[in-house]
Amino acid sequence: MDKLSMVDAFFHARGVHTMDGYHQQMPLEGEVRIPSGCAISGIIDRSGKRFSARDAITSISVMHDRSNGLGGGFAGYGIYPEYKDYTALHIFYYSSEAKRACEDFLEEHFDLINLSKIPTKKHPAITDVPLIWRYFVTALPTKLSFSQLDEDEYTARCVIRINREIEGAYVFSSGKDMGVFKAVGYPEDVGEFYMLDEYEGYSWTVHGRYPTNTPGWWGGSHPFSLLSYSVVHNGEISSYDANRRYIEMYGYACTLQTDTEVITYMIDYLHRRMGLTLEEVSHVLAAPFWSTIERKDEKERAEYTYLRNTFASMLITGPFSIILGFKNGLMALNDRLKLRSLVAAEKGSRVYLASEEAAIRVIEPNPDRLWYPSGGKAVIVTLDSVQEGEEHGYQLPVSAL
Amino acid sequence: MGINYLYPPFEIIRNQDRCITCRVCERQCANLVHHYDAEKGRMTADESLCVNCHRCVSLCPTRALKIVKTDHTFKENANWKTEVIEDIYRQAQTGGVLLASMGTPKDYPVYWDKMLINASQVTNPSIDPLREPMETRTYLGKKNSKIERDSEGRIITNTTGQLKMDIPIMFSAMSYGSISYNAHKSLAIAASELGTFYNTGEGGLHKDFYHYGKHTIVQVASGRFGVHPDYLNAGAAIEIKMGQGAKPGIGGHLPGSKIGEDISATRMIPLYADAISPAPHHDIYSIEDLRQLVYALKEATRYTKPIIVKVAAVHNISAIASGIARSGADIIAIDGFRGGTGAAPLRIRDNVGIPIELALASVDQRLRQEGIRGNVSLVVGGSIRSSSDVIKAIALGADAVYIATSALVALGCHLCRTCHSGKCNWGIATQNPELVKRLNPDVGSQHLVNLITAWNHEIKEMMGGMGINSIEALRGNRLMLRGIGLNETELKILGISHAGQ
Ligand code: SF4
Ligand code: SF4
Repeated sequence: MDKLSMVDAFFHARGVHTMDGYHQQMPLEGEVRIPSGCAISGIIDRSGKRFSARDAITSISVMHDRSNGLGGGFAGYGIYPEYKDYTALHIFYYSSEAKRACEDFLEEHFDLINLSKIPTKKHPAITDVPLIWRYFVTALPTKLSFSQLDEDEYTARCVIRINREIEGAYVFSSGKDMGVFKAVGYPEDVGEFYMLDEYEGYSWTVHGRYPTNTPGWWGGSHPFSLLSYSVVHNGEISSYDANRRYIEMYGYACTLQTDTEVITYMIDYLHRRMGLTLEEVSHVLAAPFWSTIERKDEKERAEYTYLRNTFASMLITGPFSIILGFKNGLMALNDRLKLRSLVAAEKGSRVYLASEEAAIRVIEPNPDRLWYPSGGKAVIVTLDSVQEGEEHGYQLPVSAL
Repeated sequence: MGINYLYPPFEIIRNQDRCITCRVCERQCANLVHHYDAEKGRMTADESLCVNCHRCVSLCPTRALKIVKTDHTFKENANWKTEVIEDIYRQAQTGGVLLASMGTPKDYPVYWDKMLINASQVTNPSIDPLREPMETRTYLGKKNSKIERDSEGRIITNTTGQLKMDIPIMFSAMSYGSISYNAHKSLAIAASELGTFYNTGEGGLHKDFYHYGKHTIVQVASGRFGVHPDYLNAGAAIEIKMGQGAKPGIGGHLPGSKIGEDISATRMIPLYADAISPAPHHDIYSIEDLRQLVYALKEATRYTKPIIVKVAAVHNISAIASGIARSGADIIAIDGFRGGTGAAPLRIRDNVGIPIELALASVDQRLRQEGIRGNVSLVVGGSIRSSSDVIKAIALGADAVYIATSALVALGCHLCRTCHSGKCNWGIATQNPELVKRLNPDVGSQHLVNLITAWNHEIKEMMGGMGINSIEALRGNRLMLRGIGLNETELKILGISHAGQ
């Protein structure tokens, strides 16, 4: 199929010709791959104390020029305590038929505990708004047992199916006690649009997008998310097609052709499905150079070699800095050459991660420590502890800054 | 002998002013082309015997010689071309199958030359190979599909059956017999120095070469020549040869005249007996039978060595490869129809099989669709001529490539395509001791090391240009390729977009 007919087919598949209340002239994510820059930021309170997204909004607004108004979004963890045992599905619809078809599918596969429109408020910079709905669901026990899958796998497959098969419906968040909020616009405007001040969570990540020439589509904004994993990413990975063609063997459909999507799927595969620790995941995605591996002691050398060889096609090359949100924590990871900026800081129980130091200092002018994680060395923060950090990366004495 | 309708294809131009009648050309030409005419006091030549191997030209101290294509011609005819007419004359005269060597010289599309490689600009930086590590190390072999841990929770790192190579290039199978002792030795030394592998072909392993075992792939072909437990255990991997790109569906034939003492001992066959390896392995008539041989070889080597299955690129190759991937093989080697050989029936060499580029693209895609790409590594050969061919092969989905013709060219082969005559003037495809001596293995291996080192530099430069610093991230990365002048079907099979898209 040539590019033009692909675009036509994609419009058709997305129900663009029939959608009401939403019109998109430009091709969508999926037909056009747009290399992107970006800004990222993340905050977690390790004590588990919940706080609003205000700091995240302030942090990202400092990096306004790293985005271009064609995409922004947030992921908040711990935001749905009253529904924490249920999967929160956030869904964009481009037509009422899509909504009906998707809800039929949901009825068939899940118990719907609650559903509502996601509250938004009109914002002059946010236009072409699709229908945005939220469902708290749990897998139908009979269907689940019939499927012989565990609940996560069952949910993931349903999400992938909706995104692949139901025209005009796109599930952009599918975790428990967490949610993604994203749109076409600058991230600070997106925060206002979703009224994120009114939510409270123990961790927030945020993304401002700078695709160099983009259609800008709501679903293409970041964070990209599957189950409780959410990824914000700055970079354009050169290994994209190697990674995509490999991960697609395991049931993932990279329909959006964005780097972030494929990174999210690889993390889901390695962490949830293969049972690697997040640190081990980082040794796959940003594997140390062979020369570094060779310098390790025998046991470690064997482990690193094994991971790198076994999951060779999941090595990411090219620039990336990502912040992964997961249940109870955040992980930040730079590509092994550190081709994109990433800064980490800590103050009391709070840990801050951002593309730029200014984005941290604007919300925490006096961190206890601040450091630049080395390429390929993950900073993993969970509700009770910070792993690594100190030993990895270049730490500046705070007083010198 | 009746009338010979054939006019010699080449003419020997000798500049009599320069010729000093040193008679080097006479001594160097195993085809007995040059003679000294004592009466006239000058050199003459019987050009009908010349194969255009350039040996005399290269060694003539005064550059008095050149070989040119004859301009003698048939009446022009786009359908009945010279070679077609001449082949008919030949067969009408002999009643025999026409033999040829090396890869097909025909003008089929070379898809490598119709693909262009990507480079980074601005949004994703190039990586400077002079400043940053650029990794070309590859492991070949089946990848584990699940993680197992010991009681302490540490990953069990069982990686038997992997071939570690520092560069994604290996020397393809060429038997001792089809090529000379010195050619083999050159390959063995070079593979060891480069951290890669050479392949015994189906001729067994000469006793002198056992100490290169860590860098040797031992081949088991239908004839089982030279196959015994020590041989199987001597190499780093075992290759079962089912087919060969230059002559798919055809076995091998080493004429008895070439089976001297060393070769007879290495192959474990009588002196001067023809060595015929049929196309079929007479214990393999199905994919299940292949599986039994794969596991028999694994048993024989206590599951320590990867098993390669080599097939020719033919129609329906992706289904064949899928079967092999499920047979327990760790590596599939696919050989395209432009691959070389010491002797092949000409019609088969020129008409049977398919280009490796298309075979590779469709096999890689099929194995991915079936979710079994991780079960095997893919190695491709069949006319890999340069580092950019290597890059393109890996981006299409290969784990590594096999080279043979390029390696022989590095040793001095001038592609005269008469290996089957046994008179290789460059000491490569010959067993004549006088000719074998012409190839010095130390010099030969150095040329091979130089060639691959140069390619490796180029590969690193191109990878850096793409913003990729590890060969793993290039594998199957088809976004890095664009077609140029290809039709839709070709683009679809190759799985790439057209330039400009
Ligand atoms: S066969 Fe080779 S050596 Fe002999 S004349 Fe021809 S080019 Fe020269
Ligand atoms: S190996 Fe020798 S005989 Fe064969 S093509 Fe090369 S130069 Fe000619």
